[in-house]
Amino acid sequence: MQSKIILKKLYRKMLQIRLCEESFIIPILNKEIRCPIHLYVGEEAISAGIGAVLNNKDVMFSNHRSHGHYLSKGGELKELIAEIYGKETGCSRGRGGSMHLIYPKTGFLGSAPIVSGTISLAVGSALSFKIRNKKNVAVSFFGDGATGEGVLFESMNFASLKKLPLIFVCENNLYATHLQILETHAKDNIWEMAKPFGIPSFRIDGNNVLEVFEKAQKAVKYCKSGKGPVFIECITYRLMGHVGPDDNIQGNHTDIRPKKEIEAWKKRDPILKFEKYLLKNNVLNKKEIEDVKNKIQKKIEEYHNISIKEEYPLTKNLEKYVFKK
Amino acid sequence: MSSKNSRKLSYSLAINEALHQMMEFDSSVFLIGQGVKSPWYVGNTCNGLIEKYSEKRVIDTPISENAITGAAVGAALSGMRSIAVHPRIDFMMYALDPIINQAANWSYMFGGKVSVPVVIWGIINRGGEQGAQHSQALQALFSHIPGLKVVMPSTPYDAKGLMISAIKDDNPVVYIDDRWLYKIEEMVPEKIYSVPIGKGVIRKRGNDVTIAGISYMASEAVKAANELEKHNISSEVIDMRTVKPLDIDLVLQSIKKTGRLIVTEAAWLTGSVSASIVAEVQNRGFKYLKAPIERICLPDCPAPTSGPLEKEYYINSNDIILKVKKLLYKN
Repeated sequence: MQSKIILKKLYRKMLQIRLCEESFIIPILNKEIRCPIHLYVGEEAISAGIGAVLNNKDVMFSNHRSHGHYLSKGGELKELIAEIYGKETGCSRGRGGSMHLIYPKTGFLGSAPIVSGTISLAVGSALSFKIRNKKNVAVSFFGDGATGEGVLFESMNFASLKKLPLIFVCENNLYATHLQILETHAKDNIWEMAKPFGIPSFRIDGNNVLEVFEKAQKAVKYCKSGKGPVFIECITYRLMGHVGPDDNIQGNHTDIRPKKEIEAWKKRDPILKFEKYLLKNNVLNKKEIEDVKNKIQKKIEEYHNISIKEEYPLTKNLEKYVFKK
Repeated sequence: MSSKNSRKLSYSLAINEALHQMMEFDSSVFLIGQGVKSPWYVGNTCNGLIEKYSEKRVIDTPISENAITGAAVGAALSGMRSIAVHPRIDFMMYALDPIINQAANWSYMFGGKVSVPVVIWGIINRGGEQGAQHSQALQALFSHIPGLKVVMPSTPYDAKGLMISAIKDDNPVVYIDDRWLYKIEEMVPEKIYSVPIGKGVIRKRGNDVTIAGISYMASEAVKAANELEKHNISSEVIDMRTVKPLDIDLVLQSIKKTGRLIVTEAAWLTGSVSASIVAEVQNRGFKYLKAPIERICLPDCPAPTSGPLEKEYYINSNDIILKVKKLLYKN
């Protein structure tokens, strides 16, 4: 069993991500938040597990569904919330919004929604580590949809050829926006795509934070020993829709996913699963779990209240930051 | 046009009708691209197509812009009339090789032995705090390339007519529409008809100033002209409709009368289509001009997300009104 410190840390991170995501729902419905948001609800175990094995010198790149990645890599919660409200105090100073987050201080080097768009950038980070003999690792987060893009394959080949310290993390939530995985892939075998490039590749349960954590630990060790990249496919499910708080249940206007399927995955909620484990192993009791939740919830509410009152960027500064001055 | 055989249709449903009619009319026409079965991606422009023409000719695809666009070009080289749709033109950047290096050059570099009847349909989808990578208007990139025609309809009538012309054209045509226009309605003929590629149109006649608009800004120019009329300013509005090749003759005819020109385009100022218009007009029409040509474009800055910045960033009929007043009072 992992130490209680680690277990509690993983749990707190998953909860922080979940509660943060849920906190956006009402402001979205009230149109206080207009920026499009791809909620990460249901996928928290992956970010929490991977982020927990990285240090601030390791780097991470991410995609459109990036809040969990950002938080797991040490991005400040307050600055995430302010960014989504479009405030100057946001992590991208109100220029980027939900889909363009960054937190360089802790190695979160950016998220961007062009599908697969940041994979090759992560290759470049890993290359820089190799050139400068640094024992660090780069992580590239992308979804199942991204495995349709050629640049992933070019990146896998080059990273393997140069034995770069890079962990490819595919979060397979079974849907590329409106298309189920077998409508976009000839075979349900994403993890095997890395094999022809000689990259060790694994398919794991992305809703099991301990499985993710342990696999990530091994992957980091492998990368830092100079053997090359690792590919991890995490099977998961987004409990909400592709974008916004809608859940894309069949029969509503974003008619995609069978109700039965969503219900089945709700039973596999990574946070509920982990809570059971923590209770069973006496890591936390029910009261302590409630306390953790309340503490995080309070912070989130506080940050919303502060962010709402903060200043928007000045319009005279529209073109500031197009270039570094 | 006789209203007997026309009815009110929205811009997006006018595109839909063009697709239906051309797929019915010509069995070599097919549509391929991301999201053709999802209103998230393409609004209602593709309604009913799969049901009528099956998934064999209406193909929703993996997220593989490069390969899918290449396949559309290859099919066009093999007897089909392909339409490759990119529901966000930002993502179409993955497909620049098959569009620019391949499709655009194929006819010329093989001495005209083959042609590429492909429509590359890219949708501008912006606003709503979507930010830098979900906002771009990139017509200037494509208008720069010899071998490509680029059309940008601003009305339902043109949306249908230019889509039909693009499909019928034996060359690669980049068809760029803007989701800000999708709900505009007007009378649209039921029959199949073409709007000529390379021809602009006068939307409103006037004497004091010419406003040449592209796509969304052509429709804003009409609004501005109507407003200016209340202040006794008579503007002539030209909708360019095609941005490659440009209908410079039409602009010249207009400035012969007005002597003043404003060009407006909701795209970045530098290296824009509007820059090409200005260059040609000053060269061929210098003697008609009473004042320097003005442009109203987006600042050379990526799209911000923050609400107040976004409002500052985009342009509309008010910007045209202000510019016209300034231009006339100065002179």
